[in-house]
Amino acid sequence: MTWSESISYRTVIGLEVHVQLLTRTKLFCGCSTTFGQPPNSATCPVCLGLPGALPVMNRRAFDLAVKAALALNCRVAGFTKWDRKNYFYPDLPKNYQISQYDLPFSEEGWLEIDAGQGPRRIGLIRVHLEEDAGKLLHDENGGGQASRVDLNRAGTPLLEIVSKPEVASPEETRAYLEEIRLLLRELGVSDCEMQEGSLRCDANINLHIPQADGSVAATPIVEVKNLNSVAAVERAMRYETQRQFEQFQKDGKKWGEPGVHKATAGWDENSRTTRIQRRKEEAADYRYFPEPDLVPVTVSAARVDEVRAELGELPAAQRARLPAQYGLSAYDAGVLTRQGRAFVAYFEEAARLCGDAKETANWLANDVLQALNESKQAIRYFPISAAGLADLIGEIKATGLNKQRSREVFAEMLAGCPSAKQAMDKLGIKVIADRDQLADIVRRAIAANPTAVADFKKGKTKAADAIKGAVMRETKGMARTELVQEILLEELHRAGSDADRG
Amino acid sequence: MSLDVEQIRWIAHLARLELADDEIDGLARDLNAIVSYMDQLQQLNTDGIEPLAHPLDVKNVFREDVPASSLAVDEALASAPDRRGNYFGVPAVLD
Amino acid sequence: MAMMDTSAAEIRQLFVGGQASAREITHSCLEVIRQRDGNIKAFLHVDEAGALDQARLVDEKRARGEALGQLAGVPVALKDVLCVRGQPTTCGSKILASFTPPYDAHVVARLRQADAILVGKTNMDEFAMGSSTENSAYHTTRNPWDLERTPGGSSGGSAAAVAAGEVPLAIGSDTGGSIRQPAGLCGIVGMKPSYGRVSRFGLIAYGSSLDQIGPFARNIADAALLLACVAGHDARDSTSVERAVPAYAQMSEQPLRPLTIGVPREFFGAGLDGEVEKAVRAALEVYQGLGATIRDVSLPHTRFAVAAYYLVATAEASSNLARYDGGHFGRRATMFDNLIDMYCRSRGEGFGAEVKRRIMLGTHVLSSGYRDAYYVKALKVRRLIKQDFDEVFNNCDVIIGPTSPTPAFKLGEKVGDPLAMYLSDVYTISANLAGLPGISIPCGFTGSGLPIGLQILAAPFEEQKLLQVARMFERETDWHDRRPG
Repeated sequence: MTWSESISYRTVIGLEVHVQLLTRTKLFCGCSTTFGQPPNSATCPVCLGLPGALPVMNRRAFDLAVKAALALNCRVAGFTKWDRKNYFYPDLPKNYQISQYDLPFSEEGWLEIDAGQGPRRIGLIRVHLEEDAGKLLHDENGGGQASRVDLNRAGTPLLEIVSKPEVASPEETRAYLEEIRLLLRELGVSDCEMQEGSLRCDANINLHIPQADGSVAATPIVEVKNLNSVAAVERAMRYETQRQFEQFQKDGKKWGEPGVHKATAGWDENSRTTRIQRRKEEAADYRYFPEPDLVPVTVSAARVDEVRAELGELPAAQRARLPAQYGLSAYDAGVLTRQGRAFVAYFEEAARLCGDAKETANWLANDVLQALNESKQAIRYFPISAAGLADLIGEIKATGLNKQRSREVFAEMLAGCPSAKQAMDKLGIKVIADRDQLADIVRRAIAANPTAVADFKKGKTKAADAIKGAVMRETKGMARTELVQEILLEELHRAGSDADRG
Repeated sequence: MSLDVEQIRWIAHLARLELADDEIDGLARDLNAIVSYMDQLQQLNTDGIEPLAHPLDVKNVFREDVPASSLAVDEALASAPDRRGNYFGVPAVLD
Repeated sequence: MAMMDTSAAEIRQLFVGGQASAREITHSCLEVIRQRDGNIKAFLHVDEAGALDQARLVDEKRARGEALGQLAGVPVALKDVLCVRGQPTTCGSKILASFTPPYDAHVVARLRQADAILVGKTNMDEFAMGSSTENSAYHTTRNPWDLERTPGGSSGGSAAAVAAGEVPLAIGSDTGGSIRQPAGLCGIVGMKPSYGRVSRFGLIAYGSSLDQIGPFARNIADAALLLACVAGHDARDSTSVERAVPAYAQMSEQPLRPLTIGVPREFFGAGLDGEVEKAVRAALEVYQGLGATIRDVSLPHTRFAVAAYYLVATAEASSNLARYDGGHFGRRATMFDNLIDMYCRSRGEGFGAEVKRRIMLGTHVLSSGYRDAYYVKALKVRRLIKQDFDEVFNNCDVIIGPTSPTPAFKLGEKVGDPLAMYLSDVYTISANLAGLPGISIPCGFTGSGLPIGLQILAAPFEEQKLLQVARMFERETDWHDRRPG
């Protein structure tokens, strides 16, 4: 336990997440949003901000935004409008961003997360729709004199999700981001790829530290940027927690004191530290006003109901239902849910067919997931159908095939074999379940391992495993495991009493 | 509400306008005359009046999510004051 | 052929009927421009090659026996506020000196479809900010009726070109009176349609909630013809309205009966020139003679309109003009220390005094601490102004008054006094705040021979009423037939 962990304080984190919506075209023009196109090839007068060009709202972007807001339990406004946020920056060709100011299309929601301590709701302040900016590249050749601008990304629809400062730990930060990613991917709202920038996160963090006099001191808020992966966000929060605690021990500076301002810090993944950026001397003045080139949008209560009905079962509900319905542990339910709806559906189908949900969950959480990860496949392209997996589980139960041999069968099915039986035939697996035949093999193994027998008699019950191993070798793993165990114990006891008599 | 030279400079900074000293003096004079004329609006009681940002009462105008042709890269960059390869060049942005 | 006094409708007839080729018409038009524009300076850029190319295409179309557009063979001039693909489009500003748009404005595309001949771009106040065309970064346009005087603005080039007989038709834009005022000062017809009637796609924005594109012509029929060509829904402008476009040219021939005219007492107060008032009162008598009911009405918030207008327009302009920063297009300063300095110098060098003034004002009124007192307050007053009109149009078909308080003023007269210049828009700006259509038609001359404009306003999307009422007056008078000497 580190020094800082020995004193109890509260970590307070608010997250501002931006996700790009999965539309074919930009928010206000017909240019493609495909990632990785050649620089400035997906641009037109509208997204270049050329004189005279005008924006027209992408219907699908708005629909996806509403869907996301409802999934995030937000109140969707009946009337919403767009505003201009004015600031000069070279990645923003109009020098204003079309965003939402006082009447965002949705407010007041929550996201349920589970960072391993049971489900908890994180409050959301608002979700609004805005346009993305272009990309700036620092010119390596220009001696640091110039930057280059690629406006392909300019005008991509962006959802801004602002949480309340209710995220309480680095682990919760990770859980929050993973939950948003799961939710929005499942709904087809965004692909949420942090590497490609379709999910971006800024984190505001400070600590509330109890003082000897009973008061609580808040450390200065730091906004951490340049967070390029979920792991980086978690690391940055851990680092910043430690740093702020130590800084507070040193200088005692508190949020709210004169001269204490919010600082902006960049996360440096190489050094794994935050770097406080020079505070801008001026307060931003965005001079918001209603965007006169767009008209307001109204959303009826009927439309809200319609979209809500289309959402289907969301991850939080699944995490609660699976243990209740199938007797799974919360952990297993979490693992299954995290893989998405198609995976859960696969689980439910296989569990229904084989009648053993726990075993089905084990296979999915281990072998199936591993195979999917290796082949980078989605469950719907998985070569073994839910019926196939149920067949395998049934066959294993019926024959008592051991784990190692079961995995070989699984691999054979993965390679295309349509049923567990056929796979076993192909592998030459014929389970020996004949009691006399097995007893014979066991007796021979006991005879061949006198040391192990002696150890067993001294009370080392583990010594039986060596004999069992010999039996499995002899039968090439095809002996029915629990029968071997039963016979072996009988024979060992008998061998012991024979020896006593002899 | 009269504007002093410091405020004029601040507004010019927000608007990213370089102004010569004599321009600032002229602007201070003109803007103060104009702003004091604007101040007559304060006489009018507008309590309970909804702001009208737009003369049209039109709502819900959308386009479908259907791709349209983009400009050729050369067209997009044709008016760039500093074209660098297929990028727009701007003075270095320092974070 | 001499066509300086020929109407657009007649030119089309000559062309369609085979009496003249588009090439001949275009050559004739270019010749008149060569002869007259040295004095008038209405044009910033005459596109001879483009006009002759288009003429050839239209001639070929006729030769093939294809259907010909509504403006087939008719020369049209464009205010330089409209984007034309591959053509200089400066908006009267140095900052766009080298800019050529990669696309056509919607209106330009419509005119091409109508087989019009686009002869060039006309002068204007920089970014349409001004009432005299003296704020052009390029040159000063003169009023064809008196070369010492302004043609008005901001569409002064278009108005002067039509008044001088250089072209039969021209397009302008009107944010606070920039079509109606120069039409009035140049003795021609100029119309600002309802907000939403004509697509703004490709119109370089000044005040986006106020800007509208409209026609200049020498008579009502021609104005109706041009309006019909450019009006109608465009999916690329969210504020362009989906409403059928009436057959303006035919409808304008139909007198409006019964006709009730509202005459706002606020349009006849202090500052109104005596000769202008006399001409307007005489026009009202003409209507009375035609059986119209004249009603004394009030638009009580008129005295706040100039203030509200300049707050809203400059706020929007400060944002609309932010994109001219030397970054992606347009002029960049040659010397600068860093990014911010590049922005400040490019803009400081590229914009003229009036544009800077309005950007400063608009930035100020949106800035933290002032937004509610100025910008939001102006929006509330805007609603009151609109309500005033709604009230009057409950009982009146149209509102009639002077277009401007005075006839054309001398060049240089108001340059040093921006507020005085703003106040010359007093009668026109309310229509922009409320989104109403308005037209200015010639209704007389001063003793010294300067034209006087009559402004007619109607409820939103009642352009046809405006044209009908204007045509009733035109039929009874011959002011529109007079030409500058």
